[in-house]
Amino acid sequence: MPEPSLNQEKYLQSLKRHKQFVTTARLLLLVVFFVLWEIAVRLHWIDGFIFSSPTRIVSTFISMLADHSIFVHIGTTLTETLVSFILVVFLGITISVILWLSPKLSQILEPYLVVLNSLPKSALAPLLIVWLGANIKTIIIAGISVAIFGTIINLYTEFQEVSHEKIKLIYTLRGTKKDVLLKVILPSTVPVIISIMKVNIGLCLVGVIIGAGVN
Amino acid sequence: MDPLLELKDINYAYHSLNGETHALSNISFQVNDGEFIAIVGPSGCGKSTLLSLICGLLSPESGTILLRGRDMKDSHTEIGYMLQKDHLFEWRSIYSNIMLGLEIQKKVTPEAKEHVEKMIYTYELSKFRDSKPSQLSGGMRQRAALIRTLALDPDLLLLDEPFSALDYQTRLTVCDDIASIIKKEHKTAILVTHDLSEAISVADRVLVLSSRPASIKTIVPIKIDIPVRTPMKSRNAPEFKEYFNRLWKELNKNA
Repeated sequence: MPEPSLNQEKYLQSLKRHKQFVTTARLLLLVVFFVLWEIAVRLHWIDGFIFSSPTRIVSTFISMLADHSIFVHIGTTLTETLVSFILVVFLGITISVILWLSPKLSQILEPYLVVLNSLPKSALAPLLIVWLGANIKTIIIAGISVAIFGTIINLYTEFQEVSHEKIKLIYTLRGTKKDVLLKVILPSTVPVIISIMKVNIGLCLVGVIIGAGVN
Repeated sequence: MDPLLELKDINYAYHSLNGETHALSNISFQVNDGEFIAIVGPSGCGKSTLLSLICGLLSPESGTILLRGRDMKDSHTEIGYMLQKDHLFEWRSIYSNIMLGLEIQKKVTPEAKEHVEKMIYTYELSKFRDSKPSQLSGGMRQRAALIRTLALDPDLLLLDEPFSALDYQTRLTVCDDIASIIKKEHKTAILVTHDLSEAISVADRVLVLSSRPASIKTIVPIKIDIPVRTPMKSRNAPEFKEYFNRLWKELNKNA
């Protein structure tokens, strides 16, 4: 490799300085945030009971670590999130496929799906607790309710956007609707399914925390 | 023996909220074994509709379509359909794309596999057997699509402007290529095109359709007197120009 010119070296240097500056500023911002938080609580600008403070969080974390209760809580939240995520994936794909199989049904249900999707799910959480009781079932349902409708709407739209010519190809090869589903619709939407699922795992966590918070 | 394909007084119309579009009117013709038929007509006249009817994707509003003298439903005549674009699936390798039809019809037998292997070898796709479609040129993709259709061993091939998505130079080579493959496999074929030269260069008979609702204006038998007829050589034959002028006049008569 030829020796880099002086200007190239200058350019690389400035790039390095820029990167260092960004990283330092980021860390500084974090430190300033925590320090301000601590000071605000100590000086009673804000109520420590509601907002907690960095030192209190650390000491609670250490005491929970000492009696091992932290692992139980993390474990519960993770299980709840994973169970609701898996259920969302399963239910989302199944219901979208059913809607795709029956255009009549999807036309009937479309406005209801839109309404259900725009419903504030956090408002549902207290209702679910009164109805189903304060238990893990409620939290999982809260997790599912946040993600499921958006998943169905997105997946179904994606199913419909598959090129009609590709579907025609399957029929010219004497395939059935089942072949269209298994050989074209599902394989061509795999990338979309994956990206929807990436969003869903986060949404499920949000739902689970809403459910747990109300509990 | 009954002709391979016979259409009698076919009528077809599309229905939509805005009304009815009469697409085909009293279409009758026959296709015999080993023939290469080209169908030309103004764009949007219903040429593709005609192929969809022959393939059984649509049913005529009136008239009958017979395959070897039998109704479509109880005929054993296998029909292959080649669409405008190759529609090779990007998530499958070339080989697995070619096997798609056999897979759907559950006909993946050792004999069928051997037939496919032979075609992949003969038509020079061996190197790309495990490649993704995007790694192939337009011409090679079209060849792979043809093998996918031929894998089912159809008695009748329907070609719906299969070269129209290619640039002109590739188009001439691929047309030559595909026509020679069809000859070699002893297939009967119906080619729909809006390109008169393409029709004359490959066909034994050219069917001229009127604008919508399409009816048959005339059927012109093409006889080009050269020892080995390929599309490319036909284009250079002295008769070519005469046929072109004749078809051109037919197409534009009281249009």
